[in-house]
Amino acid sequence: MSCLQTISDYGLRSIGIGERLLPTTDFTLCHQVTLIGSGMIWNIYFGLIALAAGFFLATAVALGKASENLWLRKPSEWFIFLFRGSPLFIQFFFAYFLFLNLRSTIEFFEPFTAAWLGATIVLFLNTSAYAGEIFYGALQSIPKGDSEAADAFGFSGFTKFRKIVWPTMMRLAWPAYTNEAIFLFHATTLVFFSGFPAWRQQGDALYYASYFADKTFNPFVPYPILAGYFILLTLIVIGLFSLVNRRLNRHLPSEFRPKIRYRPKLIR
Amino acid sequence: MFEYCTNPDTLGSLAWASCYLTTGKHLSFYSSFGTVLVLLAITAPVALAFGFGGAAMARSKVRVARWFGKAYIAIVRGVPDIAFFMFFVIALDQGFEYLLHQVNCPDWDQPIRQGNDFIVCSAAKLPLSTSPQWIHEIYGFFLAVLTFAIVFGAFAANVIFGAMNAVPRAQIETAGAYGMTTGQTFWRIIVPQMWVYALPGLSNLWMVLIKATPLLFLLGVEDIVYWARELGGTKHARFTDYPHGDWRMWYFLVLLVFYLAFTKVSEVVLNRLMRRLSHGQATAGGEALRRAAV
Repeated sequence: MSCLQTISDYGLRSIGIGERLLPTTDFTLCHQVTLIGSGMIWNIYFGLIALAAGFFLATAVALGKASENLWLRKPSEWFIFLFRGSPLFIQFFFAYFLFLNLRSTIEFFEPFTAAWLGATIVLFLNTSAYAGEIFYGALQSIPKGDSEAADAFGFSGFTKFRKIVWPTMMRLAWPAYTNEAIFLFHATTLVFFSGFPAWRQQGDALYYASYFADKTFNPFVPYPILAGYFILLTLIVIGLFSLVNRRLNRHLPSEFRPKIRYRPKLIR
Repeated sequence: MFEYCTNPDTLGSLAWASCYLTTGKHLSFYSSFGTVLVLLAITAPVALAFGFGGAAMARSKVRVARWFGKAYIAIVRGVPDIAFFMFFVIALDQGFEYLLHQVNCPDWDQPIRQGNDFIVCSAAKLPLSTSPQWIHEIYGFFLAVLTFAIVFGAFAANVIFGAMNAVPRAQIETAGAYGMTTGQTFWRIIVPQMWVYALPGLSNLWMVLIKATPLLFLLGVEDIVYWARELGGTKHARFTDYPHGDWRMWYFLVLLVFYLAFTKVSEVVLNRLMRRLSHGQATAGGEALRRAAV
């Protein structure tokens, strides 16, 4: 069987298109590369949705934590503490069983026990907390002069936030936020090992990598393939975020522009 | 555990809860919290040693050692760490068995990898199939500790490497001017001074290490996650003394609270430690302390 055939059979296997059964014997390198690559669809899906939605909640949480109103500040602080202080792995487990319990009483929660929705929600809340803390830090280090100048020019309320505070906050937070995005993508590999079942063996890249490692009893092929895919994904994320970084800092002379440095922050 | 638990009247009363929470399985659950703490207590120093070695190698003059150290640090980059965990456990196991195989069975002529199987002679099996259960458990735990130490050693090496470079250059040059050898400079000048620079990174690492302990479950150790799933699952009257529905959610809530408390306590302790170490240091933290005292 040619490699092209394998790709057409298994290229979209992780979302249920193509061959129904996973290969069980005669694993070729092509099988492993194709299936693990197909699993990356899930990693990218989880990462993108959580990141895109989390961006807004993170901004809200950061503003809440910086707020003088007790009723806004305390919930934001607790939210950040809850999600940053506990392992993501446990959060996944807890959320899964919580949804399972809710489902048995309320019909509405039916889809929440599936990874595509339930895990996305956990990742969304988790990244909101981490990014919220980053944004909060940036909000605290906005130069006082910028804010005073805005007042002097007659900016106030939402206009001031929209035109002055928010862009500066983004600019300061962006290098750290890039790292957060990378580690969010890495964290997506936990999903199918933490309660959420892989429906009809439609799992993410690590799910297939461990499938091959279990079947062939040889970890030296699937995991390096997985590593290769993730290094590629990391490079793409860094590339895209650098573009945004350049735009955010376009008013600064080039030697003052902060560079995005990759600083591994590890498991959450 | 208690005498009155044999009396069916306690069912439904508060005394029942005390019976339920002291079953043998629950005691195993509690002791698995100990497993997690033991893992942390062993892994942290070992990982620190690995990190120290890696960092020292990465700044070595010998090219091979430097490459090795740099490569070790670089494995943390770009790849999800959970993949390392799953990789190292199998890879280490097979590596040990392969080495034992070479030593114990030199006249074995078949290839070790036969298709999808990894076959070594029975004398090279780890642990030996004849050994008692506790050796199997200890061996699994040992593999987990080693895996954690390798992965976190790489992270620690990254931090310590940065801290060693943060020691002011003038200090090292002065040491050279006083005629110290490279080794003396390293041990007498760099190592004592680097800790204050390394501590923020290392405390961050400690928090991460705490939050990584549930991954023990993936390495096949019977840890708190394992027991929470076991005990929380639906029980039927036929199989256990205390049947109940699906309580896994509550068990994981307990774990969640445990971790939150643990990270909170660590944070407070580490902040105190940082305060103490910063005292009188020429860093921003030390300066802030000095200003506050004036």
